Amino acid sequence: MLVTKYVITSSESNVLPSDIAMKIYGSKYDVNVKETCFGVIVNGEEEVINALIKEIRALDPAGIFIKDRGFPPGDPRRCRGRRGGGARPGFYMIEAESKMLPLISRALAWEGDIPAIPEKKKPLAIKRLEEIAKEGLS
Amino acid sequence: MAKVIVYPPTSMILSDLVERNGHKALVVPEVVRRLVTANEIESPPLNITPEEPKKGLRYAAVDVPSGVRGRMSLIGPIIEEAEAAIIVEDPGWLTGCAGCSRTNELVRLLIRTKGVPVLDLSYPTNDAEAKVFVQKIKAFLEGLK
Repeated sequence: MLVTKYVITSSESNVLPSDIAMKIYGSKYDVNVKETCFGVIVNGEEEVINALIKEIRALDPAGIFIKDRGFPPGDPRRCRGRRGGGARPGFYMIEAESKMLPLISRALAWEGDIPAIPEKKKPLAIKRLEEIAKEGLS
Repeated sequence: MAKVIVYPPTSMILSDLVERNGHKALVVPEVVRRLVTANEIESPPLNITPEEPKKGLRYAAVDVPSGVRGRMSLIGPIIEEAEAAIIVEDPGWLTGCAGCSRTNELVRLLIRTKGVPVLDLSYPTNDAEAKVFVQKIKAFLEGLK
């Protein structure tokens, strides 16, 4: 079965989308590849894509992320060139999560102790608010 | 290898972390792929046939908006398949197939009532939180093996 995957690089990674595309062009795998601003889209047989992804991940294990995609690359039902411009619906999710990738990359590469996080301030409990109101009114 | 459903069901970070830890992430793009790349396209362009709303009816009543039932026809079957779940609350920027608040409430409810192990998290905003985020996911997934 043909599958499509996004290969997305963290903005702090030393690997560029063009490096990944060149690696795929120079590989033995028979896949379609489309370079984008945030990474590449690869399309091919499932076993081939899985093997290829392992090799791509090895370029920067903490800085390269993989996501499934439903539509093949350049599909006229999703391609903005055919739809009159604008980002395709799934791009907003990738854009939002991409901003977080440097944090996740650094966390994946971290080998030290996990820091303790102070608990976030929670909003005032309703019961306590009622008590304060009663105290104030009495 | 366990089948782990992630919420948001289109999340790149969560599905990637699940796959890194040797499990199968259940995500919406996989279901969409089955529909849009099927050899027999019955209902172009997206191959949504009258069967899809019927699947959605298993999870939401007929008077529920069709958008909810349509989304549930995709997400419902993967909830049934799930053996564990990772839920990230209030991402604040859900769009597209994950952009319906009522569907998202129903999805979270169905995951919780299914009785599978669930890990609740929120997205990290700094390095310390990110380290805890990754560590919690790793520990949760190791516990599934």
